[in-house]
Amino acid sequence: MPADHDDLVIATSAGLYCPAGDFHIDPWQPVARAVITHGHSDHSRPGMGCYYAAAAGLPILHWRLGTQDYRAFDYGETFDLGRTRVSLHPAGHVLGSAQVRIECGERVWVASGDYKRQADPTCTPLQPQRCDTFITEATFALPIYRWPDTATVARDIVAWRDECAAQGEAAVLFCYALGKAQRLLAELRLHTSRPALLHGAIAAGVAVYRSAGIGLLDSLPIAEQERGRDYAGELILAPPSAAGSAWMRRFRRVQTGFASGWMQLRGNRRRRNYDRGFVVSDHADWPALLQTIEQTGATRVIATHGATDALVRVLNERGLSAGTFATDFGGED
Amino acid sequence: MQRFADLYRRLDRSTATSDKRAALIDYFRQAPPVDAAWALWLLSGGKIGGTKARIAGSTELREWIAEASRTPAWLVDECYDHVGDLAETLTLLLDEPEQIDAAPLHVWIEQRLLAVAGREAALRRELVVGAWLSLDSEQRFVFNKLLTGALRVGVSQRLVQQALAELSGVDIARIAQRMLGAWLPSPAFLQQLLSAQETAEDRAQPYPFFLASPLEGEAGSLGAIGDWLLEWKWDGIRLQLIRRAHQTALWSRGEERLDGRFPEIENAAQQLPRDCVIDGELLAWPLHQDMPLPFSALQTRIQRRKPGPKSLAEAPARLLAYDLLELDGADWRERPLAQRRAALQELLTGLPDARILLSPEVAATDWDEAARCRDTARERGVEGLMLKRSSSVYQAGRRRGDWWKWKLAPLSIDAVLLYAQAGHGRRSTLYTDYTFGLWRGDTLVPVAKAYSGLDDAEILALDKWIRAHTLERFGPVRSVQPLQVFELGFEAVNRSSRHKSGFAVRFPRILRWRQDKPAAEADRLETLQALAR
Repeated sequence: MPADHDDLVIATSAGLYCPAGDFHIDPWQPVARAVITHGHSDHSRPGMGCYYAAAAGLPILHWRLGTQDYRAFDYGETFDLGRTRVSLHPAGHVLGSAQVRIECGERVWVASGDYKRQADPTCTPLQPQRCDTFITEATFALPIYRWPDTATVARDIVAWRDECAAQGEAAVLFCYALGKAQRLLAELRLHTSRPALLHGAIAAGVAVYRSAGIGLLDSLPIAEQERGRDYAGELILAPPSAAGSAWMRRFRRVQTGFASGWMQLRGNRRRRNYDRGFVVSDHADWPALLQTIEQTGATRVIATHGATDALVRVLNERGLSAGTFATDFGGED
Repeated sequence: MQRFADLYRRLDRSTATSDKRAALIDYFRQAPPVDAAWALWLLSGGKIGGTKARIAGSTELREWIAEASRTPAWLVDECYDHVGDLAETLTLLLDEPEQIDAAPLHVWIEQRLLAVAGREAALRRELVVGAWLSLDSEQRFVFNKLLTGALRVGVSQRLVQQALAELSGVDIARIAQRMLGAWLPSPAFLQQLLSAQETAEDRAQPYPFFLASPLEGEAGSLGAIGDWLLEWKWDGIRLQLIRRAHQTALWSRGEERLDGRFPEIENAAQQLPRDCVIDGELLAWPLHQDMPLPFSALQTRIQRRKPGPKSLAEAPARLLAYDLLELDGADWRERPLAQRRAALQELLTGLPDARILLSPEVAATDWDEAARCRDTARERGVEGLMLKRSSSVYQAGRRRGDWWKWKLAPLSIDAVLLYAQAGHGRRSTLYTDYTFGLWRGDTLVPVAKAYSGLDDAEILALDKWIRAHTLERFGPVRSVQPLQVFELGFEAVNRSSRHKSGFAVRFPRILRWRQDKPAAEADRLETLQALAR
C-alpha cells in the first residue's frame, strides 16, 4: 500500500522505521536507535547504537548480543522518542517478547513483533492494545493452522519418550533453541519428573530462563554425560541443525521428533523424515490472528511476514484497510 | 473407524518396513473380519463407490468444506495449494468435535457411504458434512482419504501380503495368488484368503524359486564334471511360466504377476502341447540375433503393462527355459534335474514358436575347459556359467550345494569420488552413498553410484574426510574435492542415452579404496567406452 506521509511506521531498507520518533523496530541494518520486540536472531541483530527493550527480555539480549547500550523498560512503562510516546506490551511469543505501542498526537500504532495467544508458562500473555493501525505477523496466516491444546501435545511427547524407552531407543526432539525449548521444558514439567538432556546450543538458553526464575523441567547437558553411555528412554532436546550431524551418532538407537507449528502438515513431517511431528508453535494460529486483530480495534492492518496475502485479502473483504510490509523476518518456529 | 485410523497413523509414522508389517499384523489380528476385509480392500488400493456410484467429487468437497468451516472458497483453494493434499486440507479446516461418532469402518462404508453413493447431492453432502462434524482429526483424515482416493501410506501390496502370511501361516505366494483378479471385501473372502486348505483358484500359483549361490572356491572342488549340468548364466529376469488348463500366468521372482506385459511369451505359451510349469530366464532378444540385448533393453519392458508395437519391436522378449517343475498337473520338483530337463527338452521340441526355447547345455569335458567357456561369457552377453548337479531336486529358496552361479570376474575401473549422500536407517548420519566419476578431457563425469564395498572403519574414515572436504551442498548431497580414488567393480557397461556420461554400469560396487592413487591417475571415460556394449 502507498505510504501516507502521516504514517507512524514505514518500511525502509534498514527495517521498519518511525519517522516521527526517529527510531527503527527490529532493524536488520545498523541504525542509531532500535526498539526490539524480542531476542530471536531475525529480530535483534548486533550493531545498533542503542537498544530499547522490555526488561523481561534483557537477559536474552545480553546472552545473544553481549554488552550493548540497552535501555530497559517495564511492560506498559512509557518513554518518549522524538515526537512519539512509546511503550512495550507483552506479546506472549517468548520470554520478554513485546509489542511496540507508538502514540503521536491522536494516532496510535502497534507493531506486534511475533506473538501467540496460547498459554505459555515461560512468558507473560499478550495483552491486546487498542490502536488505529496494527502491524501484525502472519507466519501461520491460513485457516488450516489451528493449534492443538499444548498440554495434550506435552502428554504426547512424554508418551512418545516412554514408547522409545520400551524399545530401547532414545527420543531426540528437535526444537528451536530459544523459546520453544524452554516452553517445552516448562510444559513437560507438569507431566513428567524425569530430567531431559540438552544439546549445548539449547543448554545456554535454558540457563538464561532458569536464572530469570522460570520453572522448567530439570535438565542435564549432554556434554557432561559419560562417553558411551546408554541414552535409551531419555528425552533429548536439540536444535534442528543437529539432525543428521555427527553429534547424533552417540544415540545408537534413536527416534527423532520435531516440535513446531510447521508439523501441522503431514508433508512437512514426511519430507524432513522425522519419526514424529509435534504441533507446538510460538506464533498465532489463524483464529488467534483474527481474534487479536479484532481486539485491537484497528481499522488498518499491515502484515509483515508469512502468508500475508491470504490474511490481507480476508481483512479487506471484512472492510478493513489491509496491506503488507516487506521485511527480512523469518518463518522459524 | 478408530481402529483403522490408528492403523493408518502407525503406518504413516513408521519408516521401517518391519514396523509397518508389525502394525498390519496387529490390526488384522484384532479387527473383526467385517472391518478387516474393508481395510484389506483399501490398503490394496480399492476405492469406495467408484465412477458409477459417486460419493463426492473434488469440487463438491471444496464447496462443502467452505460452507462447513465458514471459509471463503478462494481461501479453501489457497489452503489446498499450500497443503497439496485435498483430504488433509479438508481435515485441517475444522476444529475437533465435542462428540465423536464411534461407528466402525464397515458401518461407515456399507451403511452410510455406499447407501448414498450415486444419490442426489443433498443426501451425499449431509452424510459427508455430518461425518466431518463427528469425527476427530485422525478419523476425519482417513474418512477424507476414502472419499478422495488412494490411502498412499507407503504400504505395498506385498507388505500387506507378508503380514497376512505371517499372521495366518499361509504361504505368501498363495495369498498373493488369491488376491489376484476380482474379489469383494467380505468376511467370506478374507476367510478363504487365509485358509490353509488348497482351493480351486490356487491353481495359477507359482512354486517358490530355487536360487543358486555364488561359487567362491575352485570349480574343481565340485567333483567330477560329469555330475554337473553347465548352462550360461543369463542376465535377464527369472520367470515362472505357468500353463494350466489353457490359462497362462507369468510370475517374476518377486512373486509379481507379469501377465499382459510380455504378450509374445504368452502367445508362445498357448502353443505348448501340455500343461506345465517352466522355470526360465526372460531376456530381450530379437529372433534373428545370436545374442541377447543388454539388460537395459529388457528394463524398458518391465514397467510397461501394455507394451506398444514400438516397444515390442525394439526389445522383443524370449524365454530361455531351464527347468520343468510341473507336467500335466504333477509336481516334478522331487525328480532329479537330468530327468526334468529331458522332459523339458521333449516338451519344447516341436514347439513352433522360437520365443520359448531350451537354455542350451554348455559342453565341457573338464573344469579347465569350463573355465575357458566362462571366459567367453562377456562376448556372448552372459554373466558366466551356472553349475547344477544333475541329480539335484528343485529346492525352495537359496540353498547351497547343488546350484552354483560361477560369474566372470567383474570389470573394474578406478574412479574419483565426486558426491556423497547420507544413507538410510542406521547409516542415516553417515555419508555412505557415493557417486564416482571418470575423466573426460580435464573434467570428471559422473559414471556410477555405489553403496557397498567398504568396511565400517573405512566408512567412518571416509565420512570424516567428506565432511572436511565438502565443496557444496545440494540438499542432502555434498560435492567433495575430487581427490579420493576407488576401484569399482561392475558386471557390464551399456551405452545409455539416459546417463550424462553416455554409459550405464551394471551392479557397481567398491572393490578397494585406492589411497595410493592420485586423482589425476584415475581412469578416463574412454576406458569405460572400450568395455561397453
